Amino acid sequence: MKRITTIMAATAALLATTGLARAEGELNIYNWGNYTSPEMIKKFEDQYKVKVTITDYDSNDTALAKVRQGGSGFDMVVPSQNYIPIWISEGLFLETDPGKMENFSHVAKEWQNPEFDPGRKYTVPWAMGIVGTVVNTDVYKGDINTWGIIFNTPDELKGKVNVVPEMTDVIDAAVLYNGGKKCTGDLAILKKVRDTLVAAKPNWVAMEYGTIQKMGSGDFAASSDWNGSAFRQRLANPAIKFGYPKEGYVNWSDNLAVLKDAKNVENAKLFQNFMMDPANAGMNSGFHRYANGIAGSSEFMPADMKDAPEINIPAEFASVGVPSQTCPPEVQELYTKIWTELQK
Amino acid sequence: MTDAAGTIEAEQNRNIRKRWLLSLPALLIILVAATGPLLIVLLYSFLAPGPYGDVQWAPSLEGWIGVFLEKDIFDETLSLASAHISIFMRSVGLSLVTTILTLLVGFPTAYFIATRPEKTRELWLFLITIPFWTNLLIRTFAILEVIRNEGLINGLLIKTGLIAKPIQMLFTDGAILTGMVYVYLPLMVLPLYASMEKLDFRLVEAGYDLYATPFRVLRKIIIPLVKPGIIAGSILVFIPALGAYVTPSILGGGKNMMLGNLIELQFGQGRNWPLGSALSITLMLIVMVALLVYVRNAGSQGSRHG
Repeated sequence: MKRITTIMAATAALLATTGLARAEGELNIYNWGNYTSPEMIKKFEDQYKVKVTITDYDSNDTALAKVRQGGSGFDMVVPSQNYIPIWISEGLFLETDPGKMENFSHVAKEWQNPEFDPGRKYTVPWAMGIVGTVVNTDVYKGDINTWGIIFNTPDELKGKVNVVPEMTDVIDAAVLYNGGKKCTGDLAILKKVRDTLVAAKPNWVAMEYGTIQKMGSGDFAASSDWNGSAFRQRLANPAIKFGYPKEGYVNWSDNLAVLKDAKNVENAKLFQNFMMDPANAGMNSGFHRYANGIAGSSEFMPADMKDAPEINIPAEFASVGVPSQTCPPEVQELYTKIWTELQK
Repeated sequence: MTDAAGTIEAEQNRNIRKRWLLSLPALLIILVAATGPLLIVLLYSFLAPGPYGDVQWAPSLEGWIGVFLEKDIFDETLSLASAHISIFMRSVGLSLVTTILTLLVGFPTAYFIATRPEKTRELWLFLITIPFWTNLLIRTFAILEVIRNEGLINGLLIKTGLIAKPIQMLFTDGAILTGMVYVYLPLMVLPLYASMEKLDFRLVEAGYDLYATPFRVLRKIIIPLVKPGIIAGSILVFIPALGAYVTPSILGGGKNMMLGNLIELQFGQGRNWPLGSALSITLMLIVMVALLVYVRNAGSQGSRHG
């Protein structure tokens, strides 16, 4: 009997200490892979005595599906802006009101009141970028600022073009190329889009994500890509340039939010505030190589980012960017059908 | 007498009951763990898709109709789902070719091992299992490094001056097949070896003594006797190959979908879980039918030679 009591007491003590440890210093972040500066996380851990754990996901849909089932154990997540209205409407975010946090004044004007999170009640900017093209200019000398690289491939690039298989990005690009509006349900446009894609595919060599390595090794000579990725490719090979498609391109952003079922709410709020500090946001940009929407953060970025043509949008192309947004389910269904037909 | 017999019978019954009771926990776990998730998938296939993934709790046959029929998005006509059929055919075709190629490579390999002295066989088998030590993904990337444009083979060929420009090997059907055969070969060799090990080589010798040609010995003696191994190996290769999608997408460039990609699309960007579930069940049914055919063939062959 006495032994049982001892064991119970020991268990209780153990439970109490672990419980305490959790309350004091843990934070579980669920984020895209290769997207969080380890150096910056170390700084946060040291500053607040919090142990940070990062788990990767590879798509917005994966993250949404996993968290929606409940009991994920994550405190924070970094979805893209087109998914944020879904997260909010499904009640998955905790209203932490970053708009009232101490460091909010550092958020750049144009990101203070975005359409996807009016008044910044839930989210803090993490990174933002563009879907455009990358071209190895040793192989192709012509105009790279067009979706024609992908959809009407010039001879030099035939059989060397890759397309990153993000369904919505690819179809939106083809929609813009055909003069339509993003997330269009207009069947006349979509028919042209389907024909454009089906006609373009024989010129593609692959539909893959790993562009940084394969552009570098010469397996691809061009690809659709994100600007941060293009930046990393240029650093490895100066001939690789990023193209801003003049037909229009999609601007996206990923934003940091706290989950409703988070266990470490206070730490998560501290981290949201921490991310709006220009020094920290700049440090993070130095890692993932995207802009971050925090004013004054460029001072804290590596020198090579300040005038990088991938990060600082040239004035002549600034006006053709369209914001990324959620397509309605019926449009998504049309997109999926075109996508399946393209890859059948 | 009758009493004694009754007692023995009762004792036996009790024994049987005890055995069942003892294995009950294991059976329950297998039943719950294997059929539970499947039942959920089956249930999901009869529900309506949620607007942003997941399902709505409303019965719907749309998922199942979507597997077989498609409504043209432009002229609204209903027709056979040609996209799905061509993807199914691609997967089945790839699995068949993979099975045949692994059999062609695996059979001589297993024969070679089985005919070594008993002491060295272990070593050969050990060599066959080495690839299992590494993850499938890593093995696939290793092949990619070998055949890519600036990879090992092209590098060697260019250095020795045999070719001037790299040969495009990566992202071709040949690359997919090489990868598939490499990955699934051990699954063919091991069961083949297991049945060849039991092969009575005196029968082979007897065949030669009766002036049979080597080909005839192979066809009339060896193949019939190791048939169970051939069937087991083929099943072990064919079934996972049907759902394979890592190897085809890494080495083939992902331009054309496999069944696995098609299903993944529905649960991811396509946001149509019921269709994805229905496609998964369809895949399982195909596997089951293939298995039944195999097992029935194996059964009839076995009794003839048994």
